[in-house]
Amino acid sequence: MFKGILKEQTIQVGIGFVFIVVLLGTFILPEWMSNNFMYGLSRGLAVLGLMILWRTNLVSFGHALYYGFGAYAVAMAQKYLGVTDVFLRIIIAIAAAGLLGFVLGFILRRYREIFFAMLSLAFSMVLYGLLAKAEFLGSTDGMSISPSTMFGFELGRFGLFYFIGFVVILSLIFAHAYLRSSLGHLTTAIMDNEIRVEYLGYSVEKAIHIKYVISACLAGGAGGLMAAALGQVDPDSMVLWSVSGELVFVTIMAGLGNILAPFVGAIFFEFIRTYAYEFAPQAWQMIIGGTLLAIIFFLPGGLWSLFQKINPFKKEKK
Amino acid sequence: MAIKEILKTSNLQKSFSGIIAAEDINISVKEGEIIGIIGANGAGKTVFVNMITGYLKPTSGTIEFNGSDITGIKPREATHIGVCRSFQVSQVFMSMTVKQNLMIAMSLAKKSGSQLLNPIDDENLSKECDKILKQYNIIKQKDLIVSTLSQGMRKLLDIAMAVVGEPKILLLDEPTSGVSVEEKFGIMDIVISALKKSGTTVLFVEHDMEIVERYVDRVMAFYQGQIICDAPPKQALKDKKVIQYVLG
Repeated sequence: MFKGILKEQTIQVGIGFVFIVVLLGTFILPEWMSNNFMYGLSRGLAVLGLMILWRTNLVSFGHALYYGFGAYAVAMAQKYLGVTDVFLRIIIAIAAAGLLGFVLGFILRRYREIFFAMLSLAFSMVLYGLLAKAEFLGSTDGMSISPSTMFGFELGRFGLFYFIGFVVILSLIFAHAYLRSSLGHLTTAIMDNEIRVEYLGYSVEKAIHIKYVISACLAGGAGGLMAAALGQVDPDSMVLWSVSGELVFVTIMAGLGNILAPFVGAIFFEFIRTYAYEFAPQAWQMIIGGTLLAIIFFLPGGLWSLFQKINPFKKEKK
Repeated sequence: MAIKEILKTSNLQKSFSGIIAAEDINISVKEGEIIGIIGANGAGKTVFVNMITGYLKPTSGTIEFNGSDITGIKPREATHIGVCRSFQVSQVFMSMTVKQNLMIAMSLAKKSGSQLLNPIDDENLSKECDKILKQYNIIKQKDLIVSTLSQGMRKLLDIAMAVVGEPKILLLDEPTSGVSVEEKFGIMDIVISALKKSGTTVLFVEHDMEIVERYVDRVMAFYQGQIICDAPPKQALKDKKVIQYVLG
């Protein structure tokens, strides 16, 4: 599955990109900018998950379900099991979201288009409702997350940033390996013609289910990382429909052209939001909406299409 | 040695909200036969093909393949046991290149389980793919996006994709429909010679009687959901009922 993957241009560029972001964030940039990079990388994982689904024409309006579930899994593991180790935290976040995705996948794999999108939203709102009412999980106030550790030592902000970079690189490698595989190529094939895929002997529902679980794992991982980075989880900032909306927003803004696009888009989004809030605290959503409109009108392929026009990697789509 | 019976249907019937689309279809097909299915539009030809390949579930009756009951199986299960098909309107992946289409088909036919996680562009598979593209005379178009191809090229690709699974029986639904007069005999020559070489049993739906006369061993003529004639082509095309209801 991973044979020769490190020699592939997409992965080499991806690793270089993450290195630059992490180095900038830890050594050069001020803390507020560094935070934007860190949150952008973390959130980019969830966007990568959405992008993988989107390549089959499946748009989830409720991916905050897995993002929030991963984040709350980290909070609960800390509260009930005392887990603060960052490796365990990310494994728990991914596993919890993956398991939930596996269960719900049996329902969602039968739906397409708006029904898939709205059913995803419905499930995320069910979780939101449960979390907002569950006092043992902090209700609407949420729960705080203690600093992450690694092998018993506190990781610190820089250490966590390196760890996030490491997880992002692993995710890029996994996502690329999946998309270049026969199973991954079914992504586009299913979008083109489900009947033919069935007559080639493969279950479309099974292919979608696998893709859905991968997507859930990535979103759960993103939630786990964000929980560790923010030190706080609550239903409004992790599971509410507007969080799902932001993820869809970033996916459109980033474009589907490359697995690196979600991370570029997510970082870009963090900066737009910061500056929009700074310049127009009462109307920052209008600036964000305007940005999305500009991208849809002038860069329908997303930000990545701009890179494709000006950089030498434009031929590769993985 | 007697030639083995590969496909048999008994009292096969399909109705849609009370309207009968196929009725009392009893056929027996021997291994290696090439059969032409003819009939006017709405005669039940495609419904018959759809029932055999699992796209439609019969209302009643049974389908036996190699002695096993396969009535109502799913399309992918039909493919797994060796019952494959092509379509009246080519079912290919329009946004991909010709070679990518065939590579996906070959990959699914030859790999299973965790092998499906290996990169699709395996060197051996790629060579094998080029060989098939050459055999079906679409090698020059291998890097073209399918939506830019002519109907004839798409038909060939559609059939090639069905064939890579090494079917025991192949059902072709109007392989020359929408294809220019110049292209159709060329396509059928390529397809039939390739399928004869592999000993595949073929049933194809066709409106063009020149094609039927030239390539088939047997003709099944449909009218109002029933088979009105099942005979060698020369005999079938002279049959009174066939002349009246099919050839008009």
